[in-house]
Amino acid sequence: MANEHTIRAFDEDMGQLNALIAQMGGLAENQVHDAIDALRRGDHDKASVVVARDKQLDALEAEVEKLAIQLIALRAPVASDLRQVVAAFKISGMLERVGDHAKNIARSTLKINDFRFGSLALVPAVAEIAAGMIHSALNAYAAQNAVLAEDVVARDKEVDALYRDMIRSLIDHLSEKSANVITATELLLVARNIERIGDNATNIAEAVYYASTGIVMPDRHTAAD
Amino acid sequence: MTFEDTTTDHRTVMIPPPEADRVIDVHNLDFFYGKSQALFGVDLPVARNKVTALIGPSGCGKSTLLRTLNRIYDLYPGQSATGEIMFDGENVLDQAKNSEQLRARIGMVFQRPTPFPMSIYDNIAFGVRLHRSVSKADMDVIVERSLTRAALWDEVKDKLSLSGLGLSGGQQQRLCVARGIAINPDVLLLDEPASALDPLSTAKLESTLIELKSSLTIVIVTHNLQQAARISDYTGFMLLGKMIEFRPSSDAFVSPETQQMQDYITGRFG
Repeated sequence: MANEHTIRAFDEDMGQLNALIAQMGGLAENQVHDAIDALRRGDHDKASVVVARDKQLDALEAEVEKLAIQLIALRAPVASDLRQVVAAFKISGMLERVGDHAKNIARSTLKINDFRFGSLALVPAVAEIAAGMIHSALNAYAAQNAVLAEDVVARDKEVDALYRDMIRSLIDHLSEKSANVITATELLLVARNIERIGDNATNIAEAVYYASTGIVMPDRHTAAD
Repeated sequence: MTFEDTTTDHRTVMIPPPEADRVIDVHNLDFFYGKSQALFGVDLPVARNKVTALIGPSGCGKSTLLRTLNRIYDLYPGQSATGEIMFDGENVLDQAKNSEQLRARIGMVFQRPTPFPMSIYDNIAFGVRLHRSVSKADMDVIVERSLTRAALWDEVKDKLSLSGLGLSGGQQQRLCVARGIAINPDVLLLDEPASALDPLSTAKLESTLIELKSSLTIVIVTHNLQQAARISDYTGFMLLGKMIEFRPSSDAFVSPETQQMQDYITGRFG
C-alpha cells in the first residue's frame, strides 16, 4: 500500500516534527550519559556543561510545540495522523523533562565532595538502563512500533528494583555516624532523578503504543508518579 | 479524484447504537439504477435524536442510501431497492406504503437550497397546508416556531412577505430546513446541505442541526469530514456501494479500525 499523503504538505510537516523529536531524543540521551560520566569521574567542568546545555532542549521543545499546533490548525489531521502529532507533542515534553533530570544529576555532582563514596558505584549501571530505555523508546517512535514500545515499558521494572537497592544502600550509609551526609543526600537525589528518567521513557513508550495502535496500553506498569 | 481499493483489509466493522434506540434500521439493502447495482447489502442503524453522518468518496453510494430512506427514488423510473428499511415497525420498501405520508415523517434537505418562488412565510405554510388545514393564527405560530428552530427567525421576521429567493444562500438553506421541520417529521435527511455555503453560514446551519437533535433524528451526507466530526454522533463510512465501517463518531476520527476508512479520512489513497 502506498502511504503517500494526498496533501504532501502534511507528510513534510510530520517529517520535520519527527526530525525535531529525533534531535531532542539524541540530545536528551547525551545529557544523561554526560551527567552520569561527570558524576562517575567527579568532573565538575563536564557537569557544568550539562547544566548549561539544558537550554537547548527547552528551545527544541518550544519549536515542537509551535510546529505541532500549526500542523493541527492547518492540516486538521485525523485518525493515526492526529495520534502521531499528539504523541510528538507529548514526547517532546517528556524529553524536556529527561533533560531536567540530567541537569539535576549534574547539579548534584557539583555539590558532591566524595567521589569514592560506596553507593556511587551502583549509579552508572542503573543510569545506563534508563538511558537505554530512552534510546529504545525513540527507536519505537521512529518505527511506530508498538512491540518495541511494550519492551521498553517492561524494562522499567529493572530500573525500579535497582533504584530501591540504591536507596537501601544510601540509608545504610546514612545510619553510620561517619557517613558523608552531603554526598549521601545528593546521591539520593541522583537516584531519584534516574528513576524518573526510566518513568519518562515508559511514558514515551506508552505514547508511541497509543499512536501506532489507537489503543491505550493495557495493564500499565505502575511507574511512581 | 477516485478512490481505488487496493488494500488487503476487507473487514466490515459495525459498532451500532443499541437496538432499542434505533428509529430507522436498514438491513441488507441492495439498490439498482436500472440494471446497475449501486448498493450491496448495506446495513445502517439510525439512532433516535442523534446525528448520523454518511461519508465516503464520490460514487460510494452514500447519497443513494439517503434517497432510499424516504423512497424519494420512487419518483424516478427504473430505480429499485430490495432489502429492509425498518421504520416504525414497517418496511419502508413495502410498495403498499403511502410514500407521501412517509415523506412527511422523513423530510429531506438537498445540496442546493431549493426555496419555492414565493414569500418566506408561504415557503413554510405551503408544505403544512399540503398535509392538514390550519387556521391563520395557528399557521403564524407554526411559521415562527419553524423559523426559530432553524435559527432564521431573527434574520427574517421583518420581511416574511418577501420572496424566499431574495435570501442569501445560507439563509435559503435554513429556510429549507425550516420548511422541512414545519410538518414535524421524525427524521430529517440532509444531502450535503452546506457544500454551497460559506463558513459562517455553515456554522449557523451546523448549530441549527445540533439544536434540532433534541426533537428529531438527523441523517446527513457530507463530503466535509470536519463537519461530520463536528456534528455527528455516529459515522458510517461507505466505499463502492458497501458500508465498510460504522461506529460512534467520537472514535471514528481518532481510531478507525479498517484500513480503508483510515486511508480515506487521512487523505491517503490506494
